[in-house]
Amino acid sequence: MKIIVNGQAYETAVEPWRTLLDVLRYELELTGTKEGCSTGSCGSCTVLMDGKAVNACLVFIAEAEGKEITTIEGLSQAGKLHPLQQAFMDEGAVQCGFCTPGVILTAKAFLDSNPQPTEARIREAIAGNLCRCTGYDKIVRAIMSVARASDKGRA
Amino acid sequence: MSRYSVVGKRLPRVDALHKVTGAAVFSGDVILHHMLHGKVLRSPYPHAAIRRLDVTKAQALDGVLAVITASDVPGYKRQNELSFAELPHLAKDKVVYAQQPVAVVAATKVGIAEKALDLIEVDYEELPPVLDTVEAMQPSSPLIHPSLYTNVITNPQPGKDDKPSNIAFQLVINKGDLEAGFKEADLVLENTYRTQKVHHGFIEPFAAVANVDVSGKVTIWTQCQGMFIARQMIAHFLGLPQSQVKVVPVEIGGGFGGKTYQPLAPLCALLAMKTGRPVRMEMTRDEVLEDSRPAPESLITIKMGVTRKGRITAASATMIYDSGAFPEMSNSMFTSGNVFCQYKIPNARIDTKDVLTNKVPSAYYRAPAIPQAHFAIESHLDIIARTLGMDPLQLRIQNVAVEGDTQPNGEVLPRVGFKETLERLAEYLRQKGPLEGRNRGRGIACGFWHGASAGFGAFIHVNSDGSVNLVLGITDISGSRTSIAQIVAEELGLPLNKVTVVIGDTETAPWATMSVGSMTVYSASTAAFRACQDVKAQMSAQAAKKLEVDVSEIEFSQGFFQVKDNPGKSISFADLARSTAVPFGRGPVLGRGAVDALPAAPTLSAHAVDVEVDDETGKVKILSYAAAQDVGLAINPLSIEGQIQGAITQGIGWALMENYVFEKGVMQNTTLLDYRMPTATDVPMIEVMIVEVGSSKGTYGLRHVGEPPMIPTLAALANAIHSATGVRLKELPMTPEVVLNGIKRRNKA
Repeated sequence: MKIIVNGQAYETAVEPWRTLLDVLRYELELTGTKEGCSTGSCGSCTVLMDGKAVNACLVFIAEAEGKEITTIEGLSQAGKLHPLQQAFMDEGAVQCGFCTPGVILTAKAFLDSNPQPTEARIREAIAGNLCRCTGYDKIVRAIMSVARASDKGRA
Repeated sequence: MSRYSVVGKRLPRVDALHKVTGAAVFSGDVILHHMLHGKVLRSPYPHAAIRRLDVTKAQALDGVLAVITASDVPGYKRQNELSFAELPHLAKDKVVYAQQPVAVVAATKVGIAEKALDLIEVDYEELPPVLDTVEAMQPSSPLIHPSLYTNVITNPQPGKDDKPSNIAFQLVINKGDLEAGFKEADLVLENTYRTQKVHHGFIEPFAAVANVDVSGKVTIWTQCQGMFIARQMIAHFLGLPQSQVKVVPVEIGGGFGGKTYQPLAPLCALLAMKTGRPVRMEMTRDEVLEDSRPAPESLITIKMGVTRKGRITAASATMIYDSGAFPEMSNSMFTSGNVFCQYKIPNARIDTKDVLTNKVPSAYYRAPAIPQAHFAIESHLDIIARTLGMDPLQLRIQNVAVEGDTQPNGEVLPRVGFKETLERLAEYLRQKGPLEGRNRGRGIACGFWHGASAGFGAFIHVNSDGSVNLVLGITDISGSRTSIAQIVAEELGLPLNKVTVVIGDTETAPWATMSVGSMTVYSASTAAFRACQDVKAQMSAQAAKKLEVDVSEIEFSQGFFQVKDNPGKSISFADLARSTAVPFGRGPVLGRGAVDALPAAPTLSAHAVDVEVDDETGKVKILSYAAAQDVGLAINPLSIEGQIQGAITQGIGWALMENYVFEKGVMQNTTLLDYRMPTATDVPMIEVMIVEVGSSKGTYGLRHVGEPPMIPTLAALANAIHSATGVRLKELPMTPEVVLNGIKRRNKA
C-alpha cells in the first residue's frame, strides 16, 4: 500500500483495517500526531488528507491509499516555521503541547479555505479539538493574528 | 518602565518550538526495540470477593511473556496494600471499585495481550456496594476495608477511632464561640450544596515504557508530576532500592493534579522485570476516566450569621467528601487551611469527613477539595447579599481579611492582596457598567488558596561561551521552566536565550518535590535564585583576582562584575566565563541552590461572569468572564494569563457540563462524547487582571498562581444563573436540563 506523507511516498505492508494514526505513529514513527481518545472526540490526531483536516484515528489506512497526508512534522518548510506555528509560540497558545499539533493543522485547513474569518467562525472550526490547558483564548488569538497578517499581505 | 529586563516580559515558552513542530516527546512517543505491550484486566464489579483467579490459560497463550497478579508484587508482600497511597491497587482478595486492576499481561502484540485478558478466569462473588457517603457513615453499612479506622487529623485530639468504619479522615476545627456568634447575628442562614465527581480531563492518556538493564536496574519513561516521588513509589512497589530505579521525565500532556498518581508505571516496570524485555503500556480513554483519580463528590452544609449591615459574626461548614475506595488523599487536610480564610470570621467551625465508597478513588485536582467548598460558601454569601439587599461584591470587600488576621486553623495571614484584588474587580465592573437585557445576569465569587510549599534544588553550569545550563528536577506543568529561566536570566544579566533549561532524570537532576499546590515556580525559583547567587559569588572572587581588588569591593550589575564606586574598572560575565571550563585550564563555575519549604503566600482570585440563559432550552451562554488575581509579581504575564484562562475553562466545565454518570457503581459515560468538556464554542475570551501585591517570602515577591483561578468559577456561574433567572441551583452540574427544570419550578411557584 502506498501513502504519501509530508511529500514522501511510503510503501507499507500493514493490515488494511489499521488506522492511519496507528501507521503514522508506529510504522513511520511520526509521533507528532497524538492519540487522545481513539474515537474522534478530541482532535489530537488531526492530520491533513489532501488538504482537509481529518481525525487520523477514524481513517483506515486503506482509505488513505494514494492520498497526500500532511502531519505536524511536515508543516514547516525548509526549516522555516509555518506562520501558525510561529503565532502559537508568540501568543502563548502552547501549554502542555499535546493538543497543539492537531489544533494547528485544523487551523491551517480552515484558514486555507476561510482566509478572513470572524472569531466565532474560528471557534466553530476548532470545536473538534479539545484543549484542557489554555481555555482556547490564546489559541483563537493566534489564529486571528495569522488571518490578519495574511490579509495585510494581500492588500 | 519595569526595573527588570527579562522578568515580567511576555516571552514565548522555552519548550514551545518543540511542541509546535511535533518534536516534543511524551510518554506514548517513546519507542524501544522489541517492546512488549502490557494490558490490564479490570473488575466489572464495584464490590466483590475474588473466589478464584486462574491465569494459567492466559500464560499459555502464544506470544504472552508474563501475567502478573497481586501475589507477584514484591512490595505487597512487605506491607498491606492499603498503605500504598497512589499506587495501582491490584486486587488481592476482593475488588472495591469497578475497573480496579486485577491482573496485568505482557505480550508481543497489543491484540495478543487483549486476547490473554479474556483467558484469565476470575470467579467473583458480588458484595453489596456502598455508593453513597451518607449511607457509608451509618454503623449498619458494609465496611469497604474491615481494618480501616478513622484518622482524626486535628483537634480536639488527633488519633484513631477504636471502631473500624468507612470514614477515613475527620477534621474538626473550632475558632471562637460559634453559638455566641450566631446569637449576635441578625440573619442566620443554612443551606446544603452538592457537587459531582469530575475528571481533570488531561488530553494525554497515561502511558509508560520500562526497560531493565543487565545490572537489573529498571528505567521508566513516564509522565508524572514529580519524578523523584514517582521513583520512590515505583521502587516501593517493585521491592527495589531507589538506586535500582531510574525515572526519565518526558513532556506531560496536562496533569492538573491527576498525574501525581501512577496507574501504569509500576505495573509496566514489574512486567519489564519479569520478562527482561522493554514493555509499553498506554491507557485508553475509558481507562483514563474509570481508573485515574478524579475529584470527589461533596455534600457541604454552610451555616452563616451576619448582622443587618453585612458583618459576618459566625460560620460553620459541615463537609463530606466522597473519597472512593481507597483513602489516598485527605480532603479534610485541605479544608483545614482553605475554608473561611478570605474573610474576617471571629467564630467558626469546620467539620470535614473523607468517606469511602465503592467508587474509583478520588484524589488531587487543581486546588483539591476547595472549588467544592467555595461553590458552597460563595453561593451562600450571594444569597445573604441578596437577602440583605447588599451588593455581593461590597459584602465581600466589607468582610475581607487582611494581614495579621487569624484563620480558622490558627495561622496568621502574612502580607496578602485580597482587598486590592476585590477592588480591582470592582473598578472593572464600574467601568463596564450594569448588565442589561432579558434573562441575563452577573455573578460574583472569589476563591482563597493557601498554597503549598516544599523542597527543591537547582544547578547552574556556566559555559565558556557565556551561556548557562540550568538543571532542574521539576515537572513543568505551567510554563515553570520558562518562568524560572527568566529569573535566572535576570539575576545573571543574560538574555533568556542564553539560559538552557535542562530537566534531568532522577540520576542527574537535583531533587525536586512534586509539582502540586501551585508551588513549583513559587518554591523552585528560590532554589534557582540561590544557585545564581552561588555563581555570582564564585565569579566575583575570580573578578576580584583579575581586577586586583578585595572581593568585598566587587558588585554585579547588568552583566558586569565591577569595582564599587569605580564602574570603569570591570569585567563582563561573558569575559569571565570565557576563562572557565577550558581544556587544560580553569574548571567550570557550578552554582547550586536548595530550598526547604517556604512559608506559603496565600492568594485570592476574584471573578465576575455575565451569562444569558435561554429560557426555552435552559442553555447557559457565557457572555463575558473576567478574573482579578494577586500573583505577587507576574514573572511571565503570557503564562499567567494562560494559567488563569485554562483554570476558568475547567471550572466552566465543572459548573455546567461535566459529570460521572454511575449506574450501580459503574461509570456509564466513558467517552469524551459522553463526558463533555468545554470546546472553543463554549467559552468566551477571558479577561485577566493581574494584581501584584508582593508576597513576603517568594523570590521577586511572587505567589501561587495555577490553582486559585479554578476555585471561584463554580459559584460565580451559579450566582450568575440566579441573577439571570431567579433560580438558585445548589447542586452541580448546572446542565441545560437542570436549569430548565429550575425555570419550570420557578414558573409554577
